[in-house]
Amino acid sequence: MHTIICVKQVLDPEIPPAKFKIDPETKKVIPPAGVPPVISVFDERAVEAACRLKDKNKGKITIISMGSAKAADVVRHTLSMGADDGIVLTDDAFENLDSFGTAYVLSKAIKKIGAFDLVLCGRQAADWGAGQVGSILGEMLGIPIITLACNIEVTGQALKIRRIVRDGFEVLEAPMPSLITVSSEIGLPRLPGGMGLMMARRKVIPTWKAVDIGAEAAMLDKANSHTEVTGLSVPTRKSECEMITGVTLVEAAGNLAARIIKLV
Amino acid sequence: MDTAKGVLVFGEIVDGKLAPVTIELLGAGRKLANELGEELSVLLLGSKGGSLGQEAIAFGADTVYTDTDSIFDVYNSDAYTQAASGLCKKALPAVMLFGHTDIGCDLAPRLNGRLGGGLAMDCLALAIDPATKFLVSTRPVYGGNARATMVAKAARPQMATVRPKTLPAAERNDSRQGKVVMIEDKIDPSVMKIKVMERIKEEVEGVKLEDAEVVVSGGRGIGSKQNFEMVKELARVLGGAVGATRPVCDEGWTPAGLQVGQSGKVVSPKVYIAVGVSGAMAHITGCLGSKCIVAINKDKEANIFNVAQLGLIADYKEVLPALTAKLKELKTA
Repeated sequence: MHTIICVKQVLDPEIPPAKFKIDPETKKVIPPAGVPPVISVFDERAVEAACRLKDKNKGKITIISMGSAKAADVVRHTLSMGADDGIVLTDDAFENLDSFGTAYVLSKAIKKIGAFDLVLCGRQAADWGAGQVGSILGEMLGIPIITLACNIEVTGQALKIRRIVRDGFEVLEAPMPSLITVSSEIGLPRLPGGMGLMMARRKVIPTWKAVDIGAEAAMLDKANSHTEVTGLSVPTRKSECEMITGVTLVEAAGNLAARIIKLV
Repeated sequence: MDTAKGVLVFGEIVDGKLAPVTIELLGAGRKLANELGEELSVLLLGSKGGSLGQEAIAFGADTVYTDTDSIFDVYNSDAYTQAASGLCKKALPAVMLFGHTDIGCDLAPRLNGRLGGGLAMDCLALAIDPATKFLVSTRPVYGGNARATMVAKAARPQMATVRPKTLPAAERNDSRQGKVVMIEDKIDPSVMKIKVMERIKEEVEGVKLEDAEVVVSGGRGIGSKQNFEMVKELARVLGGAVGATRPVCDEGWTPAGLQVGQSGKVVSPKVYIAVGVSGAMAHITGCLGSKCIVAINKDKEANIFNVAQLGLIADYKEVLPALTAKLKELKTA
């Protein structure tokens, strides 16, 4: 069983808001100094899901990440978790692509990789959170798409998936290959062991450019973008928090209770 | 793109009724359609689609497209994608709106991939640019740290999923006129690649997080699973739901389903009580829609106080029992 996972390197979403700065001119975020980027949380869960499948059914996991050359760091992290191979997709033409452009590049890379049984993506990226690259990619590859998975199993030739819905979950059966987007409910990602870290360090992570995957220039042309970001701003929040006090903490708690009861 | 016209709302039917988010979308869609000087239509799939048509018209739709095949009574991604893309190829809407629900989140991106449109997810505001007539969608990015506006200049339809409870519901007017159009195309069974084996309702203790009018959330500051019981007790006394931050769920103090925030649920209760929550944006983004945020934290510098309306600077262990007891007393009084 061959699983391909698309992962993205993002600004650490847990940074304190005071460190978050943007440049409204370029409509980009200014990465804070000294905070290393991380693998997008949902993508890490997708890697965990694939590792669990590999634990049970054997097989191979290939990671692809589109981004800067630095994306090799997150690819290496996934290798230490248990992925077998990793590829970084880097090209000036890949910068600032919208969801369609991103899905296109990923689809070309997947076609170059060759045969696969399963493609996994995080349900959305932890930075721009567009939540659509996986589905567009699935449509481009022409394979069944299942979103928001919280459990994946292989039964014979089919995939059995639990999908999160509003009031519980659905149990779905899909053929292979399919594309599945993974939600955080799948569970915590494993911590890499010493052996995994050592293997990951030794692995060569190739870099593919547009020409390597046969990506057409017109598909990467920003003039053909489906969507365009026209503004980026940091919402101003008025800090008019009214502090409740009291002579004692118990009194303060009582004062707060009196305020809350009026609101409910 | 010049031929694309009108606003189409993807309608959801829940328990045989129009979903609240659909009524909100009809309100928003009506405004957009008026600004464009074009029609508002709605797609209703499932056996109730026909009988709910008049209601959708009362809430603002000019045209109701419906396919009452019972195949649509349970959401199936393949069938819905085929039906919606079939309609879009015929009706050629300029704008298409969805609720940011489990169905909208599945259908909209897939449909977008098939139609080659331009989609913005989880929008908080929609407007028509008066000069270009483009749909301008505002959505949170970077876990709520920033807001982005997006447009699709050439790709059609311009699509958006809208966060429930963000936009006001449409006003009902039963004298409104409109037409109901039956969709003739039948679903090709060969497109149904995914089988829905079963749907399992998850029983939650007490009130459901998304529906609750009061949510009491605990953060890492709670310290242990055992201490988290105090958070639950306060929620119980207020008849509210329990929420948690990501670290708390990761620690296993609460089930993952109770996570509020960027990678969890988005809630907008009347009162959101955050206990021992520092206020990372990834969490805050899930509760910013609350009418009132109450923060209890011993660190007066905690970011949660920047978004809260009521605050109490204290170690929660010293105030929560008193707060819970007092609220119990006031509730029964």
